[in-house]
This record gives sequence, structure tokens and C-alpha cells, in this order.
Amino acid sequence: MTLPTLATQTFTITRADLVRYAAASGDHNPIHQDESVATSVGLPGVIAHGMYTMALAARAVQAWYPGAEVVSFGCKFTNPVVVPAEGGVELEVAGEVKPSGDGLTTVVLTVTCEGQKVLGMPRAVLREAGRA
Amino acid sequence: MVEAVARQPLAKPFVDPAATRCRVDGYFEAMPVDQDLVGRTFPPTAPFAVTREKVAEFVAATGGAYDGGPAPATYPIVLAFDAMNSFLEAESIDLFRIVHGEQRFAYERPVVPGDVLTATLTVSSLRQIAGNDIIGTASEVIDASGALVCTTSATLVHRGPEA
Repeated sequence: MTLPTLATQTFTITRADLVRYAAASGDHNPIHQDESVATSVGLPGVIAHGMYTMALAARAVQAWYPGAEVVSFGCKFTNPVVVPAEGGVELEVAGEVKPSGDGLTTVVLTVTCEGQKVLGMPRAVLREAGRA
Repeated sequence: MVEAVARQPLAKPFVDPAATRCRVDGYFEAMPVDQDLVGRTFPPTAPFAVTREKVAEFVAATGGAYDGGPAPATYPIVLAFDAMNSFLEAESIDLFRIVHGEQRFAYERPVVPGDVLTATLTVSSLRQIAGNDIIGTASEVIDASGALVCTTSATLVHRGPEA
């Protein structure tokens, strides 16, 4: 059986996206909005919510497997995604399918920003994968 | 903004940007987190009614368009944040010192509009690395019948003053 190849997807993240995500998610941590607060705790600048990056990775999985049920989804946040005040930053989501038993499909992701991996061991386990 | 996610109002606004900045400027001591927290379970969040509108707002905020069906895989973070905010407030931990270290969702079933959910947070682990507190939490999300919908595990990094 040949495993499908998943086309890499690219997303652009802007400060306005972070404001919208804060409102929708309830995560109002100022390190995602305010440069001075972010740098005061040693961050390189305003960073994207880890959960926003993870949500974009989930969108990529959903695009690869529309309608599939997510059984589990997890990752580490290994490097911050720094979002500039002007313009945006690009996030690249690549995926590879791993064979797994029990009728489940495991998608191992590689999520990078400016060539650097930002998520550690991101993987989604899906049920009944009807690939588009 | 916040009212889009209907929830019990906190006793005081958790993040007042002006007050936060003032605290950043005036108060540099970050207290280490109390070791006795491990194993402690905090009160459940107020029931949260999942509606099409709320799911659509979340999907739109991540650049997508909601066309019905289950909520996205990371949606239960809305409940987990509610539980985490209450926990951080109860322990007087500053949100701006928290960075998300790790997140995992394990599903029993997808979240769908019509669900009324609550999350109950337990502190599962606590260790100190290089002046930071690494707080492991697990929140169980249950529906109105009491059935488990999903477990969300989060590792929170509480950055100390020297971090």
C-alpha cells in the first residue's frame, strides 16, 4: 500500500490575527499583543499563541482529511513564532502519513517558521480518513 | 470581545493591560509556585454552551470558514483556558509570565454545537528548570450528562525573573 503524499500548506500570521484569536479563544495573555510585556519576560517580541499555531496545523490536517475525526492531537511548543508589528510571518505545515493499526491514521507534522521548527513532535491521530 | 465566549465573569478582570504593565514595571519578583499544588483539583468551570456562532467565530479567527459539524480539534482550549485562568488567579500567578510548553487533546468524541461542557483542572506535575516553574495540568472536559468528551493536557512554563 502506498501512503498518500500530503501537500505542504502555508499560512500567514499577523498581529491582527492574534487579536482575533485572543477574543475567540479567551487567551488574553499580553505577550501576544504587547511588545513591552513580551520583552520584559525575555521573549524576542510579540509571539503567536502556541494554540494559534496549533490551530493552523489542525486546519492543515482538516484540509488533508476533510471530515476525519480527530482522536488525539498534541505537540510541544519548542520555538516561539515572532510576529512583526507590520506585515506578517509565514508558517509552513508539512505532513507525513504513518501507518497505524486499528483503522487509525497518524499524521506526523513538521511546522516551520522561517526555516526553523516551531512545534515539537506535532502529530494527529485520525479515524476513518477519507482523503480528498 | 470577551463576551463572545460566554462565561462566568471573574471576580476582577484577569488582564487589565494597564495594570499588567504597571506590575511589570513595578514588581519584578515572580514567586515560585507552591509545591503542594501537585495533585490538587480545582473547581469545575461554569457550564459552557457550545453554539454554532461560537464555533464559527473560533474557526474564523483561525482563517477558516465554518460549515457545520464538529468543532475544530483545538476548540476545547476555550474551556481549558477558562480553567487555567481560574487556577492562575487562585494561585496569584501572573498570566504574562506564562508560556505554553506543550498541549495535547485526547478525544472520546468530537465537540459539537449543542454541547454544554465543563472543564475540571488538576495539577499533575511541577518541577523547576533554570529558574522556571514547569507546571503540568490536565483538564477533563465533560458534557451535561457527565460523560467525558476529551482530556486536554497542558504544560505551562512560568518564567522566573532570571529566565
